Amino acid sequence: MTASHGKHLTNLTLTIWRQKGPNDGGAFESYRIDSISDEASFLEMLDVLNENLIGEGREAVTFDHDCREGICGTCSLMIDGQAHGPQRGTATCQLHMRKFESNATIVIEPWRATAFPIIKDLMVDRSAFDRIIENGGYITAQTGGAPDANLIPVPKPVADAAMDAAECIGCGACVAACPNGAANLFTAAKVAHLNLLPQGQAERFSRTEAMVETMDEYFGSCTNHGECEAACPKEISIDVIALMHKDYRKAKIANRKELARK
Amino acid sequence: MNTTTDPRLNSKIPAGAIGDKWSSYKEDMKLVNPNNKRKFKIIVVGTGLAGASAAATLAELGYQVDAFTFHDSPRRAHSIAAQGGINAAKNYRGDGDSVHRLFYDTIKGGDFRAREGNVHRLAEVSVDIIDQMVAQGVPFAREYGGLLDNRSFGGSQVSRTFYARGQTGQQLLLGAYQQLGRQIGLGGVTLYNRSELVDTVIVDGRCAGIVVRDLLTGELQSHAAHAVVLATGGYGNVFFLSTNAMQCNVTAAWRAHRKGAMFANPCYTQIHPTCIPQSDPTQSKLTLMSESLRNDGRVWVPLRAGDERPAAEIPESERDYVLERLYPSFGNLAPRDIASRAAKRAVDSGHGVGPLKNGVNLDFAAAIARLGKDVVQERYGNLFEMYERISGENPYDTPMRIYPATHYTMGGLWVDYELQTTVPGLYAAGEANFSDHGANRLGASALMQGLADGYFVLPYTIGNELAPMLNKPLPGTDHPAFKQAEQDARDRYNGYLNTKGTRSPDWFHRELGRIIWDYCGMERTEEGLQTALAELPPLYEEFQKDLRVTGDGESVNQTLEKAGRVDDFFQLGMLMCRDALERRESCGGHFRSEYQDEEGEAKRDDEHFAHVAAWEWNGDPMSSIRNVEPLEFETVHLATRSYK
Repeated sequence: MTASHGKHLTNLTLTIWRQKGPNDGGAFESYRIDSISDEASFLEMLDVLNENLIGEGREAVTFDHDCREGICGTCSLMIDGQAHGPQRGTATCQLHMRKFESNATIVIEPWRATAFPIIKDLMVDRSAFDRIIENGGYITAQTGGAPDANLIPVPKPVADAAMDAAECIGCGACVAACPNGAANLFTAAKVAHLNLLPQGQAERFSRTEAMVETMDEYFGSCTNHGECEAACPKEISIDVIALMHKDYRKAKIANRKELARK
Repeated sequence: MNTTTDPRLNSKIPAGAIGDKWSSYKEDMKLVNPNNKRKFKIIVVGTGLAGASAAATLAELGYQVDAFTFHDSPRRAHSIAAQGGINAAKNYRGDGDSVHRLFYDTIKGGDFRAREGNVHRLAEVSVDIIDQMVAQGVPFAREYGGLLDNRSFGGSQVSRTFYARGQTGQQLLLGAYQQLGRQIGLGGVTLYNRSELVDTVIVDGRCAGIVVRDLLTGELQSHAAHAVVLATGGYGNVFFLSTNAMQCNVTAAWRAHRKGAMFANPCYTQIHPTCIPQSDPTQSKLTLMSESLRNDGRVWVPLRAGDERPAAEIPESERDYVLERLYPSFGNLAPRDIASRAAKRAVDSGHGVGPLKNGVNLDFAAAIARLGKDVVQERYGNLFEMYERISGENPYDTPMRIYPATHYTMGGLWVDYELQTTVPGLYAAGEANFSDHGANRLGASALMQGLADGYFVLPYTIGNELAPMLNKPLPGTDHPAFKQAEQDARDRYNGYLNTKGTRSPDWFHRELGRIIWDYCGMERTEEGLQTALAELPPLYEEFQKDLRVTGDGESVNQTLEKAGRVDDFFQLGMLMCRDALERRESCGGHFRSEYQDEEGEAKRDDEHFAHVAAWEWNGDPMSSIRNVEPLEFETVHLATRSYK
């Protein structure tokens, strides 16, 4: 069980996308890591690289990261062409070097999606996700005056299913992995979380319609590749997309927009 | 000792019985007419639980709100990482819980170093928080009948903790973020993301606004407001290695401190007992394992020091279940400071486990035998997975290894009952203030306090302050004080870029953290603190002379951002050590080895130290002035804190 302790990986080559600013061209540059403990996390390896670069008087590689516990969703990175790298159900910050071998070349790129423009190096702008939440991704419940929390029972399977969807960390891996740059998994996860709960019923159809249409302003269309589910660090099921489509169709009738047009 | 009582430290606790104070405050406070609220601008810095809930609620009321975060999105704030749960005195279990009991547990848990009035209000509004969050759609754990489930946490003998798997902080933050998002969509809140506070601006003794640095362009911008709320979190990253997110920092609170907001009890820091031990020297961050694991996990070490056998080969008779032995009535659920010190002593005496002998076992074998693997998996599955990803070991088969790490800071900006700092118009909420947890915070109380401040306290108290200011002119951002603050910040950041020394900000941060951990960590001594105070100023001088920041100031530069934060951590670190030195007693998370009883428990000195130490900036952290707010206990009886 402790066989891995104290091992080191040697002679790694990192091929990293460097781009000065949003309007500049970018290019890959290669860097060497002579030795790194296999206990180190992937981002700790980048910390080591950055310390080395600063030591040489060069500019550090810019990358987004924060909690390093796989929950804040700040980190990103395409690692060898895979969003969040090779380990399933794992965000980049929870990926450890024991998943790699000595002498490897590791290619590190930013999220690749039109809706997530590059800011610098490996950092992208994901604020289109916030726009979707701002347009219906909530239950209207002004502070004060809420009824007692146990007044509305929520059957355990329903609460669990809502929680499964609510686990989304908003990292954007689903979009980066999708050949179309679609945000259906992200949007549907929030729609499912709120639409499944009794508290979310009053706004169910207006929410679905507003969120889907905001999503369509920024992102590509879903063609059921399923890459998003494979890349999702929280392993959210694409079943939620079916639920969203069903509610969207119902919304179009319930909200009577289609009928009003005729 | 320099301990003058200061009239500026008026806590403004309302008169009356403890249970009537908050309602009588609300009955007496001044109101702002709904149509006049839009004439007031309020700035909220930070979008964690306290900041997001305050910004959303103030906007719902009709105020114009500007919200600031250095993250790309408000949803990233570190509140999101809280795992275990949120306390509320709902008494849904019928196990004897009440507002008074939550109040008492919190006061006692804080080792009688918190203000009674604030804590009672916290316990009162705890029940409203759960109602509010459920209405917003937070998917709390449910029982099969559909009602809410609860679990127990350290320092209490009732089940009052509400939870959403091991991701309670995430679900509560997303709830508050969604309410904030709704207000952004409706135009009630203007959000400034990737913007970091670099100074607060004071005009005629009142907070007039802030200066922020746009992290994408380096541009400095001034923002004026009638009131400013700092909800910018704690300062645990002064230790370098902590469970805080990498970007957590003290800069906003510290910059406010330098402009006149007193900083209270900086030595009260919490070391969380259940973190994954450090495994290699390049490590930059420690990971917490939720305290909820202590509901079913048993802490033990080998009886014989230096025993290197794997856990499975050590028979029951050769194991020391440390917490169960020392604290039979609370057992593995002893409060955090107590559990942490027990682990430290086990490791220091050679009983540590793991390849570096730097941890203690947290064993689930008994729980798996009693409940079955499925139940254990349902309760803690995601935590077990996280542990396995990081350590490479499977906790279903072999005990987890845990060790204490810095987790939370009880100290912070001094605030009165209204959460106003010593600078009028400047408020502090959540972990950024000092008010509710005394010398030690109980588990599942941080989320409670953040949401209490943001949803249920500030929206009332800010109105009381603003009402008399209706139609009075506000100093604009063209006021010389704003221009001066912008110039100071420009000089500061250019200074980091132009030092052109040899060491990175992280190098200095690591060195700073080592000194603070060694001398101002779990156990402190007069001698150690003197050593720290001798080592810190020369290291800080070296930082100022030998810092190297590569890149420029006109585009994203994370090295430059870090330099500013480390600068402020240095100054805070010195103040922390001075505060720890001056507090010649042991209480909660502040354990001075000189002050302990025969059994090694903390020994308070209520005669000399039943007070808040509020430090006043005087140009240099080594010469800050210590002011005192005496703590008055009208309701609870000061007792020795015992969990035996």
